[in-house]
Order: sequence, then structure tokens, then C-alpha cells
Amino acid sequence: MLKLEMVGHDFGRERTLEGIDLTVAPGESVCLVGPSGCGKTTLLRIAAGLVTPCEGRVSDDFRRSTVVFQEPRLLPWRRLLDNIALGLKAMGVPQQERLTRARALADELGLAERHDHYPHELSGGMQQRVALARALAVDADLLLLDEPFSALDVGLRSEAQTLLLGLLARRNIASLLVTHDLTEALRLGHRVVVMSPSPGCIVHEQRIERPFAERDTAFLYEAAGALLRQPAVAESFLFHQDEVSA
Amino acid sequence: MKRSLMTRGVETLLGWGGSLTGVLLFVALWEWGSLVYGSFLLPGPRDALAALGRLWQEGAAAAVWATAWRAMLGFVLAALVGTALGILAGLSRTLGRALEPVSTVLLGIPPIAWIVLAILWFGSGSLATVYTVMATSLPVSFAGAQMGALTRDRRLQEMADVFAVPPLMRLLDFHLPHIASYVFPALITALGVAWKVAVMAELFATEDGIGAGLAMARVNLDTAAAMAWIVLVVALLLATEHGLLRPLQRRMEPWRQAGQRGK
Repeated sequence: MLKLEMVGHDFGRERTLEGIDLTVAPGESVCLVGPSGCGKTTLLRIAAGLVTPCEGRVSDDFRRSTVVFQEPRLLPWRRLLDNIALGLKAMGVPQQERLTRARALADELGLAERHDHYPHELSGGMQQRVALARALAVDADLLLLDEPFSALDVGLRSEAQTLLLGLLARRNIASLLVTHDLTEALRLGHRVVVMSPSPGCIVHEQRIERPFAERDTAFLYEAAGALLRQPAVAESFLFHQDEVSA
Repeated sequence: MKRSLMTRGVETLLGWGGSLTGVLLFVALWEWGSLVYGSFLLPGPRDALAALGRLWQEGAAAAVWATAWRAMLGFVLAALVGTALGILAGLSRTLGRALEPVSTVLLGIPPIAWIVLAILWFGSGSLATVYTVMATSLPVSFAGAQMGALTRDRRLQEMADVFAVPPLMRLLDFHLPHIASYVFPALITALGVAWKVAVMAELFATEDGIGAGLAMARVNLDTAAAMAWIVLVVALLLATEHGLLRPLQRRMEPWRQAGQRGK
């Protein structure tokens, strides 16, 4: 269980997060959605332990958590398999074993033909799959994803979402996914948490009961519309005081 | 991405042809200058080649060897010390602040001043030359390594934090490959500096070597011999750069290579 209690954070003089309470249970998929600049990436960094919050408590008793960033962040001088095996190498897994595991993951994520390619020889979608494989390789049970598909075009994004859903379900991995796309959150989350900016705080929380397989496009748009009819969500998404004045 | 062998062969030939055109143009200009100013002031390429043949028979190989080992010893020492210090200065802010002015001062001292100092300190001879080469090429490799260490990608550092990458692996897999891409061009520059400074230092400090040969050519007013030495120095510099450093870079940075092929 990952638990954030009354977390607040200042970035310089600016208040970025205020009174955040958030939990992620084992195997649960939580989507954090909000307009850009609402502090959701900072919140993810705090959850990952990369940033220590100014206030509040973070407790994480997952066995291992890893992060998939918005950009793939692969080592440009390492081949695909070595990039996937990076976390294993850091753990001290012997080379033979980590390459075997990396190869299996690459095949599972549809990168079978490209074991020896360098990152720049791969398309953006493939690079992001390598980053996903790298996070899965260390056998994490909590995955923290920071707008992982925002750089992909619509078709690839949908494909990547399907892939992620399958991977998470098969391995029973919990996830905290940050996105600014309501439909993405509604498609991937057991629970959708809406944040609003300045200072970043949680304004709405909703459990999505419908099984993942039945969340078709019609459902997503309908659910997004319903969500936007909530006054707090509408205010966060549709009208930004700071943007008007800026 | 993959192209046929034939297209690649033609492209290589065209590339070579391009370089060759440049060289031939230069030689033609040289020949023209020699025709205009007379072969005493500016001996033509053929005179220079003839003089080179003569020098070779008189034992220019020994001079080349003498210059080569002085230049290489100075260069290697400067590369090792400069790169190591540069990396440290880039990784540690305090050290960087302390060493940067020193490097700037060293860069500002003209090579000729180093030669005077070196002769005063070590007397005439190889040591003065090696020292001068080292003192002048060290700041170049230092600056390259420091720039490399300073421009590390913060996003990759954060990724390393996420995967709890241990310090040694961080150095070998994250820092060094990035730094190397800055160090290699700096080393190629430093090598050019080392060669030129070695020859210049020999002019004043030693009895043998290419520099001493040039001094002899000056005494004898033998312009053709001077040109011959210059041709030799340039040829050796190009040979070391393209025969040693660039292949080494290609070997150590295959990921960059693949990128060039892909274009």
C-alpha cells in the first residue's frame, strides 16, 4: 500500500501541493488527472521518493516501485536489451541472467526483432515500450507513470494503453498514472483522482466500476462528459484563473 | 535504413573525390604562387617533394621519430591528467571553481613563453619540449572533459536514482560515455596543438627532431627543405588523427556511428 497523508509542498516561493491524501492499494490502478501545472508530476515524484515533501507523511510498503517517465530516458549508448536490463544490472544480477530476462520482456512487448538496436534507431512508441520493459524488468509491484503516452499519436497511444492494461493485469501490478487526458484516465484507472491547480489539491475522486474490456470509446466520452459536469472538475479543467490573467 | 553496397560505395567515392578536389585545389594554388613569386621565396610542390626525398635519405626518419615521441609523450600525459582533472572539476562544483581559473591562465600563456620557462627550468633537450607540449595541450583536454561532465543529462540522473544505480555503474554507464563524446573532439584538437608546439619547441630547445631540421633550413636559407618539413608535419598529424584517434572514437562510440549510417 502506498499512502500519502496531508502532503504539502512548496517549490521556491510557490505553493504547489496542499493537503494531499492519496492511497494506492496492491493491484489497484489509480489515475491522477488534472490540467498542466496542477502539481501532479511533483506528486508522482514525491510518491517515487525522488522528492521529499515539505509537509506530510509518505509510507510505501510495496516491495519495489519504479517510474516510467514522460520521455523514455534510455541510455543512447546502450543497445535495447542492455537498456531493458539496466535496473537488473543495478541490482547486481549476472549478465547472462539479466539478458535472458530482458529478451523475454522485449519479446512480450513486441520488440523481438530489435534486440541490438540503439535507442535512436527505434520509433518513439518503441522507445517508450523499452522504458516500460525496463520498469517491469526489476519485478516491480508498483508502477508510477508520468504521462507516459503523451508524446505518442492517437493510434499508438491507444495501442500502448491496451498493452499497459494487459501487462498490469497479468502481473497484478499496482499503478499510479499521471495524465492530463480525462479519457486516458477513465480507460486505465480503477479509480480516477482529479486535481486542480494553485495550489495543487485533490478536488474529486471517482471509482470506475465498469471492467476494462467494456470501456469502449462511447463509454469514455460519456464518462468524461459526466465527470466534467461535476462543478469541481469543470472548474479545474475548463476555467483557469491563472491562464486568463497570464 | 540499409542501402545497397553499390550506393554506399559510390557515396564513399564521392566523399573521397570531394576531399581530393580540395587537396588538389590547394596544391594548384601553391604551384601558382611558386610561379608568381619564384622558387626561392615559395618553392613549388615538386621542389618540396624533391627536398623531402633528399631529407629522407639524409635521415629524416630519425628526426620524425624524435619529434613523434616527444609530442606523443607530452600529449598522452596531458590527455590523462587533463581529462581526469576535467572530469573531477565537472562533477564537483567546488573543484571546478578552483581549477577553472588555473586552466584559463594556462590557456592564456603563449607556447613560446612556456618554451623559455622550460629551457630555464630543465635546460635544452627533450624534457623541455615534452614539458612545453604538456603544458599547452593540457588545458584543452581539461576544458573538453569538464564541459562533458558539466552537461550530463539531469533526466538520466533522475532515472538512475529511480533504479538505485550504484556509484561505479553510474560512472561507467551514465557519466563516462557522455563525457567521452566531449573528450574525443578535445583530444583531436589537443593532438594538433601538441604536434605544432613540439616542432616549435624543438626549434629552440633541441639538436634533433623536425623543429631542429627547420632551424637548420633557416640557417641554410633552404626554403624547399622548410616546405618539405611542413608537408611532413601535416601528413603525420593527419595520419595520427585519422589513423588513430578517429578509428578509436568509432570503436568506442558505435551508437553514434549507427546514427550516421541511418541518416
